[in-house]
Amino acid sequence: MYEFKYHRPSTVRQAANLLAKHEDAKLIAGGHTLVPVMKQRLAAPSDIIDLSHIEGVDGIEIKGRALVIGALAKHADVASSATVAEAIPALAELAALIGDPAVRHRGTIGGSLANNDPTADYPAAVMAMGATIVTNKRKLKPEEFFQGLFTTALEPDEIITKVSFPLPKKAAYQKFRNQASRYALVGVFVARLPSGVRVTVTGAGSDGVFRVEAFEEALKKRFSPKALDGINVSPDGLNSDLHGSAEYRAHLIGVLAKRAVEAANNRA
Amino acid sequence: MAKVSMIVNGNPIAKNIDPRTLLVQFLREELRLTGTHVGCDTSQCGACVVHLDGKAVKACTTLAVMADGHEVKTIEGLAADGAPLHPMQEAFREHHGLQCGFCTPGMIMTAIDIVHRKGHDLEDHVIREELEGNLCRCTGYQNIVASIAAGAKAMEKSDLA
Repeated sequence: MYEFKYHRPSTVRQAANLLAKHEDAKLIAGGHTLVPVMKQRLAAPSDIIDLSHIEGVDGIEIKGRALVIGALAKHADVASSATVAEAIPALAELAALIGDPAVRHRGTIGGSLANNDPTADYPAAVMAMGATIVTNKRKLKPEEFFQGLFTTALEPDEIITKVSFPLPKKAAYQKFRNQASRYALVGVFVARLPSGVRVTVTGAGSDGVFRVEAFEEALKKRFSPKALDGINVSPDGLNSDLHGSAEYRAHLIGVLAKRAVEAANNRA
Repeated sequence: MAKVSMIVNGNPIAKNIDPRTLLVQFLREELRLTGTHVGCDTSQCGACVVHLDGKAVKACTTLAVMADGHEVKTIEGLAADGAPLHPMQEAFREHHGLQCGFCTPGMIMTAIDIVHRKGHDLEDHVIREELEGNLCRCTGYQNIVASIAAGAKAMEKSDLA
């Protein structure tokens, strides 16, 4: 790991000021992506701004018709929250599938979204439910926020503070994990919303999370796994690596989408 | 340099460290608590698991400065020198839950965390699922699972948490 200066702001505003002042600074929350890449010397930030001591940014609450999760909420908090389990059980289940128990004690929802790893789980949920990403400056919809591989709309001095999930009627997430890394080889999130149906895929797309509109149209007519029979996803633009070819991932998207619809329907 | 102070195994510690120092390096190299191991150094194997504010974390992926002001417990902190072992340690001894022993400190710290979250009556499949972040390269899982199930039960009757 290369040398860096360490800063510990106690408010989001202080953190944003530090970010604006130091060009090559990086934020750290749980550090479970940043520390490994710094150890490999793939990242060499001049300054590390530690958000983990900022209070009041890790709450989980229902506000009106939305579940609002603070950016510093850890995966274990989301996975074990009674509020999440009641409001959006699919989200609690998704959080419980990230990494392993020790990783979930450190990693945060804000960190996962800001990193926008193409195999991360939360982007699928955020895009499927049309969640709003709230920063210190503005509110962003997923289509604006996610800009491709490890890229988001966040400006250099912008910090995610919370994520607001409108409550879906039904939702489920199905993940086919890479056995070694625990990341999604393919993950499919299906959400039935008051406004329609959304199906999102993580792990497979070379540009990160994406929607499968053909599935959405079919499920809008009939929310049943059978509605997806015969609809194939094209392998074009999907990842192909030693863990699975693009064709294999395209096939998995169909299989997991059907399982997700079934799981959503079985949730009473 | 950064000043850190934390409680390690019940003892207040204050040191000046390079902010790059990983928690596992701090424990092993600064405090000479070498029971916490470095296995993969990539947050996969769990040999470095310690408790940070009572929760299992991977010390190879946590900066020591981030533990400033917090409480850390390592395998050395489970039972005092010369005193009886912690019930989870005793269960690993009794059920031969180790072969080479390298993964054992992390296994035991994770096992205690499992008991804190899931209670004393643990089914084998729960233990196996919860151990997904701890690797035993001797592949001695059968006895590790048996040890954790027995240790979880023994912890119910013990004063050591």
